[in-house]
Amino acid sequence: MINVKVRYFASMRDRMGRGEDSVALGFEKATVEDLWKKISAGQSMPTSTLIAINMEYTDAKAALKDGDEVAFFPPVTGG
Amino acid sequence: MRIIVTDKVFDPWKELTDFEATFPAGKVGGSVSFVGTMRDFNDGHDVSAMRLDHYPGMTEKHIERVIAEAAQKWEIIDALVVHRVGDILPSEPIVLVVVWSAHRANAFDACRYIINYLKERAPFWKCETTKEGKPRWVEHNSKDPGAAAAVR
Repeated sequence: MINVKVRYFASMRDRMGRGEDSVALGFEKATVEDLWKKISAGQSMPTSTLIAINMEYTDAKAALKDGDEVAFFPPVTGG
Repeated sequence: MRIIVTDKVFDPWKELTDFEATFPAGKVGGSVSFVGTMRDFNDGHDVSAMRLDHYPGMTEKHIERVIAEAAQKWEIIDALVVHRVGDILPSEPIVLVVVWSAHRANAFDACRYIINYLKERAPFWKCETTKEGKPRWVEHNSKDPGAAAAVR
């Protein structure tokens, strides 16, 4: 079992209707794509979505570990 | 280096002089600063206010990394980044980048590198309120023609 904390920011938070989730993935191995399927009720991920695991940028193919913090958010617009 | 993420209005010049006062005397040849301020227009809309969201922890981590990269590329003495979050009004400063070095070329190049990469990588998001009172997320930073020639 892989337990992850999921965080959503900016327009992704509005889209999901919540700021975070705690998700249990009942697999020995799981990727960000597996997680997205579980949290999105089958909706495809917007193409511009950025993904971070433990505050490092990654992509949808990345493997998850128990205890990871995964974040989904749109392109950044600071500065 | 000093990194400040704050929900309070800040005075860029005071932040610059406060940090500079901590340096040993006589080592600095100059500083280059960039201050980004809030416009009251964007993408053809009048904008009356803005909220800046961020990812606490990740934001600071990536600003720190951009400064460290600049320090590897150019000989600099130190750098300061101050960035607003929360509710912001037109003309208020959003971001301050200052780089100190012994010689000006390094400070100019490093300052430009830090602001360009901060805008690409640090997780901040702008939500503008138009004059009609509608909030809308800014989907991408506006293109800066001069940034195309930026140092890499």
